[in-house]
Amino acid sequence: MPSRPIGVDRREFLRLAGAGAGALMLAACGVGGQGKKQATGSALQKEIETYWSGKTKTGQVKWAQWPLYIDVGKNKSDHPSIDQFTAKTGIKVDYYEVIQEDDAFFAKVQPTLSAGQYSGYDVATITNGVYFDKFRELGLLIPLDHSYLTNFAKYAAPAYKHSSYDPGNVYSVPWQSGMTGIAYNTTKVSQPITSFFDLWNPELKGKVGMFGDNEDLPNAALVAMFGDPQQTGPDQWKQAAAKLTAQRKAGIVRQYYQQGYINDLSSGDIWACQAWSGDIFQALESGAKNLKFVIPKEGAVLWTDNLVLLKENKNPVSSMMLMDWYYQPKIAAEVAEYVNYITPVPAAVDVIKSDAAAATGSDKATLEAIVNSPLVFPTTEDYSNLYRYRTLSNAELEVWDNIFEPVYQS
Amino acid sequence: MIARLRASAGPYVSILPGGLWLAIFFVLPLVVMAALSLETGNLIDGFTMTWHWANYSDVLSSYHTQLVRSLVYGGLATLVSIVLAYPMAYWIAFYGGRNKSTYLFLVLLPFFVTFVLRTVAWQFLLGDQGLVLSWLKNAGIVGQDFHVLATAFAVVAGLVYNYLPFMLLPIYVSLERIDGSLLEAAGDLYANRTQTLLRVVLPLTIPGIFAGVLLTFVPAASDYVNASILGGTGQTMIGNIIQTLYLTNSDYPRASALSIVLMAILVIGIFAYARALGTRDVLDAAAA
Repeated sequence: MPSRPIGVDRREFLRLAGAGAGALMLAACGVGGQGKKQATGSALQKEIETYWSGKTKTGQVKWAQWPLYIDVGKNKSDHPSIDQFTAKTGIKVDYYEVIQEDDAFFAKVQPTLSAGQYSGYDVATITNGVYFDKFRELGLLIPLDHSYLTNFAKYAAPAYKHSSYDPGNVYSVPWQSGMTGIAYNTTKVSQPITSFFDLWNPELKGKVGMFGDNEDLPNAALVAMFGDPQQTGPDQWKQAAAKLTAQRKAGIVRQYYQQGYINDLSSGDIWACQAWSGDIFQALESGAKNLKFVIPKEGAVLWTDNLVLLKENKNPVSSMMLMDWYYQPKIAAEVAEYVNYITPVPAAVDVIKSDAAAATGSDKATLEAIVNSPLVFPTTEDYSNLYRYRTLSNAELEVWDNIFEPVYQS
Repeated sequence: MIARLRASAGPYVSILPGGLWLAIFFVLPLVVMAALSLETGNLIDGFTMTWHWANYSDVLSSYHTQLVRSLVYGGLATLVSIVLAYPMAYWIAFYGGRNKSTYLFLVLLPFFVTFVLRTVAWQFLLGDQGLVLSWLKNAGIVGQDFHVLATAFAVVAGLVYNYLPFMLLPIYVSLERIDGSLLEAAGDLYANRTQTLLRVVLPLTIPGIFAGVLLTFVPAASDYVNASILGGTGQTMIGNIIQTLYLTNSDYPRASALSIVLMAILVIGIFAYARALGTRDVLDAAAA
């Protein structure tokens, strides 16, 4: 904890009057600076060796995950890919669908981890972006031992081995990726939506939903206006915020969503909205009609949810085995067939194709739709039109939040 | 001697558990929050005490709209709650007969259902194509563009719905306590029913209303769930802002400053209100 200036008189009094206990609490809350200079090169190598030496396989893994983000068997709580893992390795997996938002999950486990306590989870699924960076900068992630990741080395798509947010996969391997695009109700919207700016159409007054967060809303607008968000600065941010504010002031936006947009879209309360690719695909599969997902012609945001090892891990080796398990094409295909997001294992497509060939009726149609869907297996051309979230330093983040928050917190 | 000591220590021992509870879970965080509100920094580099009073002017200038809006929504919700709860409590207290406790249980019943389910029910009933509105629209009573969700009305109505029992119960208790012979006396003195209500019953239930207002207004003004689920654009309340500052931005100093501002406004407001009602002692009234 950095030292505090100690004054006299009133300051001294205040300090004594409660700060004694307070300071302890501040430390426990992780309020003191805990940013760590991240090791690189040989220092990193040494850190990895020190951590992993002597670690052995344990009997279980606790995994914090988002809801509806894995294959499901006959029973809702039954996940075949996990059962197969347990059968093969003897490692029991406790699967918790506890992550609704990266920010809330970060706020939940950060104080515990910073205080050096076990968070209750060994593996977590964290989206690239502000909170992934915070986890890493605060030293809450364990650097991976790639000797356990043979399937990853063999089957992961090259694009996912050179990410901007974690080059060389030091702390993470991708779970699934998705796009932030636009979804609309084809029976309500007369003209097909092709552009991000179609969401400014006065005909949609009061019928548009936008994301109410500091990543998907700003970055999507920046992509539409300027292309790669990485190339933008505060001037462009202000222009984007002004554009978004104009949309709100014209009464076009009905609500800024963090969740629940699919319901409102299906029920017709909103006609068009920003959306995550897999959500729409899943909604269509489960019977929703008239929904269509589009990647705006200006481009879209590509995000990746990553498997990471949280600090104070109780089952590190078993966790790594679990991570690598999902890089077998057969297992990756099982997950992709169910969640319909972008799998990091391109070879999964062949497995799904052969599954489709073997299937009949509606199952066959579903599997074929997945194989041909750009939302699950984007083409190289699709990828060229997808951009990552702007990476933000702490100082930039403050400026960014001050510019964009007033848009959706009005 | 020892017995006397024991006797005099007795009352202090009895407040010890509760006192400790409050000291640890209320006073301590409050002190920390007050200290934090004057610090600067960020989560990665840490926060340092710089006596940065500008945190306060900063949050006031950034968020005064939401602050005022929260007080207005909270106030409206409280008023509507009084209007709805008073007649209901009156009826249960004076005409409930043997079934009083059944009626009270019915009032509390919605609380046995999880909040999420209650809100989903609202969306189902009041959605643009929901049960109520689709009927009204088909009947031509309201226009096709009319909607209830994502409006200020929905947020205030949601607040009323959630805090109504907190208004009803204290009013009911104070009505229940009224001695029936007082009402008879009023009748004997030729007061008609309206006069009895306004000059006897109402003044006697002021403490109940006061407690109800305290229990309704304070949480309603700082609520953030209703605004985020039932509100649309331009219905953000101060609770939402504080939540974002704490959880999303990890901007603890400004979040603390805003919380303290809100707390100060509520405390001052409550005391002013107590004065206006002529209650000499706020705490006495609340306890009543």
